[in-house]
Amino acid sequence: MEKKSLKGYLYLLPALIIILVFTIYPLIKAVLMSFYEGYSIINGSFDAIGLGNYKELFSDKVFRKALTNTSIYVVFVVPCSILLSLLIAVLLNSKIRCKGMFQTLFFLPYVTSVIAIGIVWSWIFNSNYGLLNYVLSWFGIEAVPWLNSPDYALMALIIFSIWKSMAFDILIFLAGLQTISPDLYNAARVDATPKWRVFLKITVPGISPMIAYAFIMGMINAFKVYNEVFSLFKSSAGPANSAITVVYYIYDKFYNSADYGVASAAAVVLFVIILALTMIQRAVSDKKTA
Amino acid sequence: MNEKKIKSSLGTILKYVVLIVGALFTLLPFVWMISSSLKSATEIVRVPPSLFPEEIQVVNYAKAWAAAPFGRYLINTVIITVFTTIGVLITTVLSAFAFSRLNFPGKKLVFSLFLATLMIPGEMLIITNFITITKLKWIDTYQAMIVPWLSNVFYIYLLTQFFMQVPETLYLAAKVDKCSDFKYMIKIMVPMNKSPITTIAILNIIGSWNSFLWPLLVTNSDEMRVLSNGLIRFQTEAGSSYELIMAASCILVMPIIIIYLFLRKYVIEGVAQSGIKG
Repeated sequence: MEKKSLKGYLYLLPALIIILVFTIYPLIKAVLMSFYEGYSIINGSFDAIGLGNYKELFSDKVFRKALTNTSIYVVFVVPCSILLSLLIAVLLNSKIRCKGMFQTLFFLPYVTSVIAIGIVWSWIFNSNYGLLNYVLSWFGIEAVPWLNSPDYALMALIIFSIWKSMAFDILIFLAGLQTISPDLYNAARVDATPKWRVFLKITVPGISPMIAYAFIMGMINAFKVYNEVFSLFKSSAGPANSAITVVYYIYDKFYNSADYGVASAAAVVLFVIILALTMIQRAVSDKKTA
Repeated sequence: MNEKKIKSSLGTILKYVVLIVGALFTLLPFVWMISSSLKSATEIVRVPPSLFPEEIQVVNYAKAWAAAPFGRYLINTVIITVFTTIGVLITTVLSAFAFSRLNFPGKKLVFSLFLATLMIPGEMLIITNFITITKLKWIDTYQAMIVPWLSNVFYIYLLTQFFMQVPETLYLAAKVDKCSDFKYMIKIMVPMNKSPITTIAILNIIGSWNSFLWPLLVTNSDEMRVLSNGLIRFQTEAGSSYELIMAASCILVMPIIIIYLFLRKYVIEGVAQSGIKG
């Protein structure tokens, strides 16, 4: 092995500078700002250091609404997307024609601009001329004000999000299924094991790390939902903030209200939640590979 | 025996039915976007809606293009995507080479630090980064939209893995031949890893092209907007002219879909890597 020299840092320098300035420094600064009370970004002065911003944050009804919305979103989007994707992935992994075409097609939502396709969904959800209400009218259901009523706004967001998150889930499940040894399936065939037993005893355990991964990534992404809201509700958080999310709240606090302290406190809460979820995910995947 | 055959062919039919229904659900918004973008202003608000336009109105694209400076938005988006991607490739190759071949004090520590940043949600950094950009007086400039994105730890991690698979003996042989580290990186490592580098380039192109929140924060003027920001503005301005809004949405979506269809192998492999890495 060559002896150590500082030359390595020369190669790392460009990436290191960007990471220090635009990732590490802002992380530290956001934590600090969350404790500054009466902070001014112009001269960097503040009145006191304390938990004032956090108190204000947790007593803010809008922030609590954002957390509740995120929980509802997680409960619906994550399991629905995982179950549907699992079904599709298992079928795609069996002997079928046009496998490549199907796979390409199912992944399309992942590469598409959320903003553009969100606008398309807002057109589908349109209460007067939308496609969805037209289809529902076949079943005698009267026009639903999807995007104009606080009662339905979150549901519209959830439908759009399930559509969107399936692409990623199908892809990683399919990748996981391909790692299961075909010997296991051949042995099951020799023993004439029923198909549902094969599914529960071989397929599910085989891709359980992927299911765990999809579950936690789904939760992490739920906290970061932003573009979806922006495009569905014409740059708002839905009627009466009914579809507000944590990231939308952060954006609104610092960009529209210039309340840097509370916005930073919300950012730190977001960071802590995501850190905890990532830790759980790492622990789970380490256990599986050990 | 016959009963079994019927059962298995019923199973096959069911399999295709589920897949086709799933595929239609996935494709529907795309079909609806294209179909709506080609309808006339009267047809678009007709109840019941028609699946395909009666008379194809390609003119909607020209109308949308003229209604807002989409040409300018497109140029801005291309500039930002191209420069960010070139920059990211440079920093990624250099860093991956340092981590995989060079020996320097604190290497393990720096690598762990890099990986640790993957746990930080980018969304929490926007507050301070916005202040930084304001202080640098970079608001409404291209560099505000490019510079913060010139390094990506996931790509560095990915490429380091690939660089490590290149046999060490090649490096030692090059050293004997007095080949410099930099020359070795450019002449040997990069050409040998064309495929992961292409993957990184495409993932980054898709990411930059679709970026929305950051360009929205750091631009004020219409001349500096990117397509996604311009489209959101147009959504409000165009009111109920949904045929124009859909045409504008197509302009944003189509280039990436075309790139994806041609290079889907790289995209799918790259994203699958992120899942397997865990």
